[in-house]
Amino acid sequence: MTEISEAEAEYPSFPMARSCPYGPPKEYEEIREQAPISKVRLALNGREAWLVTRYDDVREILSDSRVSADITNDGYPLMLPVPMEILKSVPRALFHLDHPEHTVQRRLIMPEFTIRRIDAMRERTLEIIDEYIDAILAKGGTVDLIEELAMPIPAQAICELLGIPVGDRHFFHEYVAGILGKDSDPEQIAVREAQMAAYIERMLVERSEKPGDDLVSNLIVRNEEDGFGLELAEIGILVRAIVAGGHETTANMIGLGILALIDHPDQRELLMRDRSLASRAVDELMRIFSISDFGTSRVAMEDIQLGDTLIREGEGIIASLAAANHDPDLFPDPYRFDITRESVRNVGFGHGVHQCSGQTMVRMQLELIFPRLFERVPGLRLAVPAEELPLKNDSLIHGLYKLPVTW
Amino acid sequence: MRLTVDRERCISSGSCVRSDPAVFDQDVADGRVLLLHEAPGPEHRDAVLRAVHSCPAGALTIVEDR
Repeated sequence: MTEISEAEAEYPSFPMARSCPYGPPKEYEEIREQAPISKVRLALNGREAWLVTRYDDVREILSDSRVSADITNDGYPLMLPVPMEILKSVPRALFHLDHPEHTVQRRLIMPEFTIRRIDAMRERTLEIIDEYIDAILAKGGTVDLIEELAMPIPAQAICELLGIPVGDRHFFHEYVAGILGKDSDPEQIAVREAQMAAYIERMLVERSEKPGDDLVSNLIVRNEEDGFGLELAEIGILVRAIVAGGHETTANMIGLGILALIDHPDQRELLMRDRSLASRAVDELMRIFSISDFGTSRVAMEDIQLGDTLIREGEGIIASLAAANHDPDLFPDPYRFDITRESVRNVGFGHGVHQCSGQTMVRMQLELIFPRLFERVPGLRLAVPAEELPLKNDSLIHGLYKLPVTW
Repeated sequence: MRLTVDRERCISSGSCVRSDPAVFDQDVADGRVLLLHEAPGPEHRDAVLRAVHSCPAGALTIVEDR
Protein backbone atom coordinates (compact mmCIF):
# COMPACT_ATOMS: atom_id res chain seq x y z
CA MET A 1 0.00 0.00 0.00
CA THR A 2 1.32 3.42 -0.88
CA GLU A 3 1.72 5.99 1.82
CA ILE A 4 -0.69 8.90 1.64
CA SER A 5 0.67 12.15 3.04
CA GLU A 6 -1.47 14.09 5.47
CA ALA A 7 -2.27 16.79 2.91
CA GLU A 8 -3.35 14.22 0.35
CA ALA A 9 -5.53 12.42 2.85
CA GLU A 10 -7.23 15.69 3.62
CA TYR A 11 -8.20 16.64 0.09
CA PRO A 12 -11.86 17.66 0.27
CA SER A 13 -14.32 15.10 -0.99
CA PHE A 14 -16.10 15.84 -4.29
CA PRO A 15 -18.85 16.52 -5.23
CA MET A 16 -19.88 18.77 -2.36
CA ALA A 17 -23.57 19.06 -1.59
CA ARG A 18 -25.54 22.22 -2.19
CA SER A 19 -27.25 23.29 1.01
CA CYS A 20 -29.95 25.47 -0.55
CA PRO A 21 -31.48 25.82 -4.03
CA TYR A 22 -29.39 28.91 -4.77
CA GLY A 23 -25.70 29.12 -5.49
CA PRO A 24 -22.94 26.51 -5.38
CA PRO A 25 -21.78 24.48 -2.38
CA LYS A 26 -20.51 26.85 0.34
CA GLU A 27 -17.02 25.31 0.26
CA TYR A 28 -16.27 26.76 -3.19
CA GLU A 29 -15.86 30.28 -1.85
CA GLU A 30 -13.09 29.34 0.55
CA ILE A 31 -11.37 27.18 -2.06
CA ARG A 32 -11.47 29.99 -4.62
CA GLU A 33 -9.99 32.44 -2.09
CA GLN A 34 -7.28 30.20 -0.70
CA ALA A 35 -6.26 27.83 -3.50
CA PRO A 36 -8.35 28.46 -6.62
CA ILE A 37 -6.90 25.45 -8.44
CA SER A 38 -6.64 22.65 -5.92
CA LYS A 39 -6.94 18.92 -5.52
CA VAL A 40 -10.11 17.16 -4.45
CA ARG A 41 -10.82 13.48 -3.87
CA LEU A 42 -13.69 11.90 -5.80
CA ALA A 43 -16.28 10.40 -3.48
CA LEU A 44 -17.03 7.73 -6.06
CA ASN A 45 -13.61 6.09 -6.35
CA GLY A 46 -11.19 7.93 -4.09
CA ARG A 47 -9.18 9.27 -7.02
CA GLU A 48 -7.75 12.76 -7.15
CA ALA A 49 -8.74 15.52 -9.54
CA TRP A 50 -8.10 19.24 -9.90
CA LEU A 51 -10.97 21.55 -8.99
CA VAL A 52 -10.80 24.84 -10.93
CA THR A 53 -12.87 27.64 -9.38
CA ARG A 54 -11.96 31.02 -10.93
CA TYR A 55 -13.93 32.30 -13.93
CA ASP A 56 -10.85 33.05 -16.05
CA ASP A 57 -9.21 29.69 -15.29
CA VAL A 58 -12.40 27.75 -16.00
CA ARG A 59 -12.76 29.47 -19.38
CA GLU A 60 -9.10 28.94 -20.17
CA ILE A 61 -9.18 25.22 -19.46
CA LEU A 62 -12.44 24.71 -21.37
CA SER A 63 -10.93 26.49 -24.40
CA ASP A 64 -7.72 24.46 -24.29
CA SER A 65 -7.32 21.96 -27.11
CA ARG A 66 -5.06 19.80 -24.91
CA VAL A 67 -7.96 18.61 -22.74
CA SER A 68 -10.26 15.71 -23.52
CA ALA A 69 -13.96 15.31 -22.70
CA ASP A 70 -13.77 11.56 -23.30
CA ILE A 71 -15.30 9.88 -20.27
CA THR A 72 -13.50 6.60 -21.05
CA ASN A 73 -10.09 8.19 -20.53
CA ASP A 74 -8.48 6.76 -17.44
CA GLY A 75 -8.13 10.05 -15.55
CA TYR A 76 -11.62 11.37 -16.29
CA PRO A 77 -13.28 12.51 -13.03
CA LEU A 78 -16.24 10.13 -12.84
CA MET A 79 -19.17 11.06 -10.61
CA LEU A 80 -21.62 8.25 -11.35
CA PRO A 81 -21.10 4.60 -10.40
CA VAL A 82 -21.06 3.20 -13.92
CA PRO A 83 -18.43 0.50 -14.52
CA MET A 84 -15.80 1.39 -17.13
CA GLU A 85 -16.60 -1.63 -19.30
CA ILE A 86 -20.16 -0.36 -19.62
CA LEU A 87 -19.00 3.20 -20.32
CA LYS A 88 -16.75 1.87 -23.06
CA SER A 89 -19.53 -0.22 -24.60
CA VAL A 90 -22.05 2.63 -24.79
CA PRO A 91 -21.63 4.70 -27.95
CA ARG A 92 -20.82 8.27 -27.07
CA ALA A 93 -22.17 11.34 -28.82
CA LEU A 94 -21.19 15.02 -28.74
CA PHE A 95 -20.78 15.53 -25.01
CA HIS A 96 -18.00 13.02 -24.44
CA LEU A 97 -16.35 13.11 -27.87
CA ASP A 98 -13.22 14.99 -28.87
CA HIS A 99 -12.14 16.57 -32.14
CA PRO A 100 -12.46 15.49 -34.96
CA GLU A 101 -15.51 13.24 -34.23
CA HIS A 102 -17.07 15.94 -32.07
CA THR A 103 -16.64 18.60 -34.74
CA VAL A 104 -18.34 16.46 -37.39
CA GLN A 105 -21.37 15.76 -35.16
CA ARG A 106 -21.65 19.33 -33.99
CA ARG A 107 -21.53 20.66 -37.55
CA LEU A 108 -24.21 18.21 -38.59
CA ILE A 109 -26.69 19.31 -35.92
CA MET A 110 -26.04 23.04 -35.50
CA PRO A 111 -28.04 24.24 -38.54
CA GLU A 112 -31.08 22.93 -36.60
CA PHE A 113 -30.39 25.27 -33.69
CA THR A 114 -29.77 28.64 -35.31
CA ILE A 115 -31.44 31.65 -33.72
CA ARG A 116 -33.60 32.08 -36.83
CA ARG A 117 -34.76 28.48 -36.80
CA ILE A 118 -35.57 28.50 -33.09
CA ASP A 119 -37.30 31.88 -33.27
CA ALA A 120 -39.72 30.33 -35.74
CA MET A 121 -40.81 27.98 -32.94
CA ARG A 122 -41.74 30.75 -30.51
CA GLU A 123 -45.39 31.04 -31.39
CA ARG A 124 -46.01 27.30 -31.19
CA THR A 125 -44.06 27.07 -27.93
CA LEU A 126 -46.20 29.80 -26.38
CA GLU A 127 -49.32 27.86 -27.38
CA ILE A 128 -47.91 24.78 -25.65
CA ILE A 129 -47.11 26.80 -22.52
CA ASP A 130 -50.66 28.19 -22.49
CA GLU A 131 -52.17 24.72 -22.79
CA TYR A 132 -50.31 23.55 -19.71
CA ILE A 133 -51.15 26.69 -17.75
CA ASP A 134 -54.83 26.21 -18.72
CA ALA A 135 -54.70 22.70 -17.31
CA ILE A 136 -53.06 23.89 -14.08
CA LEU A 137 -55.67 26.62 -13.59
CA ALA A 138 -58.46 24.13 -14.24
CA LYS A 139 -57.00 21.77 -11.68
CA GLY A 140 -56.74 24.27 -8.83
CA GLY A 141 -55.73 23.55 -5.25
CA THR A 142 -52.07 22.60 -4.81
CA VAL A 143 -50.19 21.73 -7.98
CA ASP A 144 -46.67 20.36 -8.41
CA LEU A 145 -45.19 22.56 -11.13
CA ILE A 146 -42.35 20.11 -11.79
CA GLU A 147 -44.81 17.47 -12.89
CA GLU A 148 -47.40 19.75 -14.47
CA LEU A 149 -45.20 22.30 -16.20
CA ALA A 150 -41.43 21.93 -15.92
CA MET A 151 -41.20 18.35 -17.20
CA PRO A 152 -43.87 18.30 -19.94
CA ILE A 153 -42.98 21.57 -21.68
CA PRO A 154 -39.41 20.68 -22.73
CA ALA A 155 -40.62 17.17 -23.64
CA GLN A 156 -43.30 18.71 -25.84
CA ALA A 157 -40.77 21.13 -27.37
CA ILE A 158 -38.47 18.22 -28.24
CA CYS A 159 -41.42 16.38 -29.80
CA GLU A 160 -42.08 19.43 -31.99
CA LEU A 161 -38.41 19.62 -32.96
CA LEU A 162 -38.13 15.93 -33.82
CA GLY A 163 -41.52 15.84 -35.51
CA ILE A 164 -43.00 13.20 -33.17
CA PRO A 165 -46.61 12.50 -34.18
CA VAL A 166 -49.16 13.68 -31.59
CA GLY A 167 -50.32 10.10 -31.00
CA ASP A 168 -46.82 9.04 -29.89
CA ARG A 169 -46.20 11.92 -27.52
CA HIS A 170 -47.59 10.25 -24.42
CA PHE A 171 -44.69 7.82 -24.83
CA PHE A 172 -42.20 10.69 -24.68
CA HIS A 173 -43.85 12.15 -21.60
CA GLU A 174 -43.86 8.79 -19.84
CA TYR A 175 -40.21 8.38 -20.76
CA VAL A 176 -39.28 11.74 -19.26
CA ALA A 177 -41.34 11.17 -16.10
CA GLY A 178 -39.91 7.66 -15.75
CA ILE A 179 -36.32 8.83 -16.09
CA LEU A 180 -36.51 11.95 -13.93
CA GLY A 181 -38.80 10.96 -11.08
CA LYS A 182 -37.36 10.72 -7.56
CA ASP A 183 -38.49 7.13 -7.23
CA SER A 184 -37.23 5.91 -10.61
CA ASP A 185 -35.10 2.83 -10.07
CA PRO A 186 -32.16 1.87 -12.31
CA GLU A 187 -34.02 -1.08 -13.81
CA GLN A 188 -36.99 1.02 -14.80
CA ILE A 189 -34.67 3.65 -16.27
CA ALA A 190 -32.85 0.99 -18.32
CA VAL A 191 -36.16 -0.28 -19.72
CA ARG A 192 -37.27 3.24 -20.65
CA GLU A 193 -33.93 3.99 -22.30
CA ALA A 194 -34.15 0.79 -24.35
CA GLN A 195 -37.69 1.68 -25.43
CA MET A 196 -36.54 5.14 -26.47
CA ALA A 197 -33.60 3.73 -28.43
CA ALA A 198 -35.94 1.34 -30.26
CA TYR A 199 -38.41 4.13 -30.98
CA ILE A 200 -35.70 6.38 -32.43
CA GLU A 201 -34.32 3.53 -34.49
CA ARG A 202 -37.72 2.95 -36.10
CA MET A 203 -38.14 6.67 -36.68
CA LEU A 204 -34.76 6.81 -38.47
CA VAL A 205 -35.67 4.02 -40.85
CA GLU A 206 -39.05 5.59 -41.64
CA ARG A 207 -37.62 9.04 -42.23
CA SER A 208 -34.71 7.90 -44.35
CA GLU A 209 -37.32 6.35 -46.64
CA LYS A 210 -39.64 9.33 -46.50
CA PRO A 211 -38.00 12.49 -45.13
CA GLY A 212 -40.27 15.18 -43.68
CA ASP A 213 -39.72 18.68 -42.33
CA ASP A 214 -38.17 17.89 -38.96
CA LEU A 215 -34.78 17.63 -37.24
CA VAL A 216 -34.38 13.88 -37.72
CA SER A 217 -35.13 14.04 -41.46
CA ASN A 218 -32.87 17.07 -41.83
CA LEU A 219 -29.96 15.26 -40.18
CA ILE A 220 -30.41 12.24 -42.43
CA VAL A 221 -30.60 14.35 -45.59
CA ARG A 222 -27.72 16.66 -44.64
CA ASN A 223 -25.52 13.73 -43.69
CA GLU A 224 -26.13 12.22 -47.12
CA GLU A 225 -25.99 15.35 -49.27
CA ASP A 226 -23.06 17.08 -47.57
CA GLY A 227 -21.00 13.93 -47.11
CA PHE A 228 -20.75 13.89 -43.30
CA GLY A 229 -20.26 10.15 -43.52
CA LEU A 230 -22.16 9.09 -40.39
CA GLU A 231 -23.93 5.73 -40.22
CA LEU A 232 -27.67 5.80 -39.56
CA ALA A 233 -27.00 4.24 -36.14
CA GLU A 234 -24.67 7.13 -35.27
CA ILE A 235 -27.38 9.62 -36.17
CA GLY A 236 -29.66 7.67 -33.83
CA ILE A 237 -27.19 8.09 -30.99
CA LEU A 238 -26.96 11.78 -31.80
CA VAL A 239 -30.76 12.13 -31.67
CA ARG A 240 -30.78 10.34 -28.31
CA ALA A 241 -28.12 12.76 -27.09
CA ILE A 242 -30.33 15.67 -28.14
CA VAL A 243 -33.29 14.17 -26.27
CA ALA A 244 -31.19 13.43 -23.19
CA GLY A 245 -29.44 16.81 -23.21
CA GLY A 246 -32.61 18.78 -23.82
CA HIS A 247 -35.11 17.69 -21.23
CA GLU A 248 -33.75 17.35 -17.70
CA THR A 249 -31.63 20.49 -17.95
CA THR A 250 -34.48 22.61 -19.26
CA ALA A 251 -37.02 21.11 -16.86
CA ASN A 252 -34.75 21.83 -13.87
CA MET A 253 -34.21 25.42 -14.99
CA ILE A 254 -37.97 25.96 -15.36
CA GLY A 255 -38.59 24.73 -11.80
CA LEU A 256 -35.72 26.66 -10.22
CA GLY A 257 -36.49 29.79 -12.24
CA ILE A 258 -40.09 29.84 -11.03
CA LEU A 259 -38.86 29.41 -7.45
CA ALA A 260 -36.40 32.32 -7.81
CA LEU A 261 -39.10 34.60 -9.18
CA ILE A 262 -41.56 33.62 -6.42
CA ASP A 263 -38.82 34.20 -3.83
CA HIS A 264 -37.77 37.60 -5.23
CA PRO A 265 -40.91 39.71 -5.79
CA ASP A 266 -38.85 42.79 -6.68
CA GLN A 267 -37.12 40.97 -9.55
CA ARG A 268 -40.40 39.44 -10.68
CA GLU A 269 -42.03 42.86 -10.82
CA LEU A 270 -39.11 44.26 -12.81
CA LEU A 271 -39.52 41.49 -15.37
CA MET A 272 -43.30 41.89 -15.58
CA ARG A 273 -42.97 45.64 -16.09
CA ASP A 274 -40.31 45.29 -18.79
CA ARG A 275 -40.48 42.06 -20.78
CA SER A 276 -37.37 43.01 -22.72
CA LEU A 277 -35.48 41.95 -19.56
CA ALA A 278 -36.45 38.31 -20.17
CA SER A 279 -33.23 37.42 -21.94
CA ARG A 280 -31.07 38.97 -19.21
CA ALA A 281 -33.22 37.33 -16.57
CA VAL A 282 -32.54 33.95 -18.16
CA ASP A 283 -28.80 34.70 -18.18
CA GLU A 284 -28.93 35.57 -14.50
CA LEU A 285 -30.94 32.43 -13.67
CA MET A 286 -28.39 30.33 -15.56
CA ARG A 287 -25.64 32.01 -13.56
CA ILE A 288 -27.14 31.84 -10.11
CA PHE A 289 -28.22 28.18 -10.39
CA SER A 290 -25.43 26.87 -12.65
CA ILE A 291 -27.33 23.59 -12.74
CA SER A 292 -24.65 21.68 -14.62
CA ASP A 293 -21.70 22.36 -12.36
CA PHE A 294 -19.19 19.62 -13.19
CA GLY A 295 -20.57 18.22 -16.44
CA THR A 296 -17.59 20.08 -17.86
CA SER A 297 -14.99 17.73 -16.43
CA ARG A 298 -11.92 17.00 -18.54
CA VAL A 299 -8.65 15.07 -18.67
CA ALA A 300 -5.30 16.71 -19.49
CA MET A 301 -3.83 15.03 -22.58
CA GLU A 302 -0.51 16.88 -22.07
CA ASP A 303 1.07 18.81 -19.22
CA ILE A 304 -0.82 22.10 -18.93
CA GLN A 305 0.37 25.17 -17.04
CA LEU A 306 -2.72 26.89 -15.66
CA GLY A 307 -1.71 30.01 -13.75
CA ASP A 308 0.78 28.86 -11.12
CA THR A 309 -0.39 25.27 -11.28
CA LEU A 310 1.08 22.53 -13.42
CA ILE A 311 -1.56 20.00 -14.36
CA ARG A 312 0.11 16.77 -15.42
CA GLU A 313 -0.83 14.70 -18.42
CA GLY A 314 -3.51 12.19 -17.49
CA GLU A 315 -4.83 14.14 -14.50
CA GLY A 316 -8.55 14.84 -14.15
CA ILE A 317 -9.87 18.40 -14.14
CA ILE A 318 -13.21 19.62 -12.81
CA ALA A 319 -13.86 23.03 -14.35
CA SER A 320 -16.62 24.13 -12.00
CA LEU A 321 -19.20 26.28 -13.78
CA ALA A 322 -20.98 27.13 -10.52
CA ALA A 323 -17.73 28.31 -8.93
CA ALA A 324 -16.81 30.35 -12.03
CA ASN A 325 -20.26 31.93 -12.09
CA HIS A 326 -19.88 33.11 -8.50
CA ASP A 327 -16.38 34.54 -8.90
CA PRO A 328 -16.71 37.96 -7.24
CA ASP A 329 -14.04 39.44 -9.53
CA LEU A 330 -16.49 39.16 -12.43
CA PHE A 331 -19.83 39.07 -10.64
CA PRO A 332 -19.88 41.54 -7.73
CA ASP A 333 -22.09 40.40 -4.86
CA PRO A 334 -22.35 37.02 -6.59
CA TYR A 335 -25.10 35.54 -4.43
CA ARG A 336 -27.51 38.37 -5.18
CA PHE A 337 -30.13 37.49 -7.80
CA ASP A 338 -30.32 40.55 -10.03
CA ILE A 339 -31.89 40.31 -13.48
CA THR A 340 -30.51 43.70 -14.48
CA ARG A 341 -26.92 42.63 -13.83
CA GLU A 342 -24.55 44.05 -16.44
CA SER A 343 -21.64 41.71 -16.45
CA VAL A 344 -19.57 39.50 -18.69
CA ARG A 345 -21.37 36.52 -20.16
CA ASN A 346 -21.54 33.80 -17.54
CA VAL A 347 -20.59 30.19 -18.27
CA GLY A 348 -23.90 28.60 -17.29
CA PHE A 349 -24.09 26.95 -20.71
CA GLY A 350 -20.41 26.01 -20.56
CA HIS A 351 -17.55 27.39 -22.64
CA GLY A 352 -15.31 26.14 -25.43
CA VAL A 353 -16.30 23.81 -28.26
CA HIS A 354 -18.62 21.79 -26.02
CA GLN A 355 -20.77 24.75 -25.00
CA CYS A 356 -24.44 23.64 -24.93
CA SER A 357 -25.55 23.13 -28.53
CA GLY A 358 -29.23 23.53 -27.63
CA GLN A 359 -28.86 26.76 -25.68
CA THR A 360 -30.85 28.85 -28.18
CA MET A 361 -33.78 26.46 -27.78
CA VAL A 362 -33.48 26.44 -23.98
CA ARG A 363 -33.28 30.23 -23.84
CA MET A 364 -36.34 30.55 -26.05
CA GLN A 365 -38.44 28.32 -23.79
CA LEU A 366 -37.27 30.00 -20.59
CA GLU A 367 -37.74 33.52 -21.97
CA LEU A 368 -41.35 32.70 -22.80
CA ILE A 369 -42.38 30.63 -19.82
CA PHE A 370 -41.55 32.88 -16.86
CA PRO A 371 -43.34 36.07 -17.94
CA ARG A 372 -46.30 34.05 -19.24
CA LEU A 373 -46.76 32.06 -16.05
CA PHE A 374 -46.71 35.08 -13.74
CA GLU A 375 -48.91 37.07 -16.12
CA ARG A 376 -51.58 34.38 -16.07
CA VAL A 377 -51.15 33.31 -12.43
CA PRO A 378 -50.11 36.52 -10.66
CA GLY A 379 -50.85 35.15 -7.19
CA LEU A 380 -48.53 32.17 -7.57
CA ARG A 381 -46.90 31.15 -4.26
CA LEU A 382 -45.26 28.15 -2.63
CA ALA A 383 -47.57 25.66 -0.98
CA VAL A 384 -44.84 24.42 1.38
CA PRO A 385 -42.04 26.24 3.25
CA ALA A 386 -39.06 26.80 0.93
CA GLU A 387 -36.79 24.73 3.23
CA GLU A 388 -38.94 21.68 2.54
CA LEU A 389 -38.44 21.71 -1.23
CA PRO A 390 -36.61 18.50 -2.17
CA LEU A 391 -33.29 19.28 -3.92
CA LYS A 392 -31.84 16.92 -6.51
CA ASN A 393 -28.65 16.48 -4.54
CA ASP A 394 -28.17 12.94 -5.83
CA SER A 395 -28.26 13.99 -9.50
CA LEU A 396 -25.52 15.32 -11.78
CA ILE A 397 -27.79 18.20 -12.65
CA HIS A 398 -29.07 20.52 -9.94
CA GLY A 399 -32.81 20.94 -9.63
CA LEU A 400 -35.95 20.34 -7.59
CA TYR A 401 -37.89 17.09 -7.39
CA LYS A 402 -41.09 18.90 -6.53
CA LEU A 403 -42.37 22.46 -6.57
CA PRO A 404 -45.80 22.49 -4.91
CA VAL A 405 -47.56 25.80 -5.50
CA THR A 406 -50.94 27.37 -5.06
CA TRP A 407 -52.45 30.75 -5.98
CA MET B 1 -12.60 49.10 -35.21
CA ARG B 2 -12.00 46.24 -37.63
CA LEU B 3 -12.91 42.60 -37.09
CA THR B 4 -12.16 39.21 -38.56
CA VAL B 5 -13.97 35.92 -38.02
CA ASP B 6 -12.55 32.42 -38.22
CA ARG B 7 -15.26 30.15 -39.62
CA GLU B 8 -13.12 27.08 -39.00
CA ARG B 9 -13.12 27.76 -35.26
CA CYS B 10 -16.79 28.84 -35.17
CA ILE B 11 -19.12 26.35 -33.43
CA SER B 12 -22.41 28.07 -34.37
CA SER B 13 -23.31 29.01 -30.79
CA GLY B 14 -25.04 32.20 -31.92
CA SER B 15 -23.38 34.01 -29.04
CA CYS B 16 -22.17 36.90 -31.23
CA VAL B 17 -25.61 37.40 -32.79
CA ARG B 18 -27.07 37.68 -29.30
CA SER B 19 -24.50 40.37 -28.51
CA ASP B 20 -25.04 42.44 -31.67
CA PRO B 21 -27.36 41.25 -34.45
CA ALA B 22 -26.48 44.35 -36.50
CA VAL B 23 -22.86 43.22 -36.83
CA PHE B 24 -23.11 39.41 -36.75
CA ASP B 25 -25.42 36.90 -38.36
CA GLN B 26 -25.60 33.12 -38.70
CA ASP B 27 -25.23 31.38 -42.06
CA VAL B 28 -28.53 29.58 -42.77
CA ALA B 29 -26.66 26.62 -44.24
CA ASP B 30 -24.40 25.78 -41.31
CA GLY B 31 -25.19 28.18 -38.48
CA ARG B 32 -21.69 29.59 -38.55
CA VAL B 33 -20.88 33.27 -38.16
CA LEU B 34 -21.40 35.78 -40.95
CA LEU B 35 -19.80 39.16 -40.47
CA LEU B 36 -22.24 41.84 -41.64
CA HIS B 37 -19.83 44.73 -40.97
CA GLU B 38 -16.08 44.35 -40.98
CA ALA B 39 -15.65 47.84 -39.58
CA PRO B 40 -18.54 48.55 -37.21
CA GLY B 41 -18.94 52.10 -35.96
CA PRO B 42 -18.12 53.26 -32.42
CA GLU B 43 -21.75 52.81 -31.34
CA HIS B 44 -21.20 49.04 -31.70
CA ARG B 45 -17.96 48.93 -29.74
CA ASP B 46 -19.33 47.69 -26.40
CA ALA B 47 -21.50 45.03 -27.97
CA VAL B 48 -18.68 43.82 -30.22
CA LEU B 49 -16.25 43.61 -27.29
CA ARG B 50 -18.85 41.55 -25.48
CA ALA B 51 -19.27 39.30 -28.52
CA VAL B 52 -15.52 38.76 -28.82
CA HIS B 53 -15.16 37.98 -25.11
CA SER B 54 -18.13 35.65 -24.94
CA CYS B 55 -17.42 33.65 -28.10
CA PRO B 56 -17.00 30.11 -26.73
CA ALA B 57 -14.65 29.13 -29.54
CA GLY B 58 -12.46 32.23 -29.79
CA ALA B 59 -13.55 32.70 -33.39
CA LEU B 60 -13.71 36.52 -33.35
CA THR B 61 -10.69 38.81 -33.43
CA ILE B 62 -10.39 42.58 -33.29
CA VAL B 63 -7.59 43.45 -35.72
CA GLU B 64 -7.74 47.19 -35.22
CA ASP B 65 -9.33 49.18 -32.41
CA ARG B 66 -9.27 52.96 -32.49
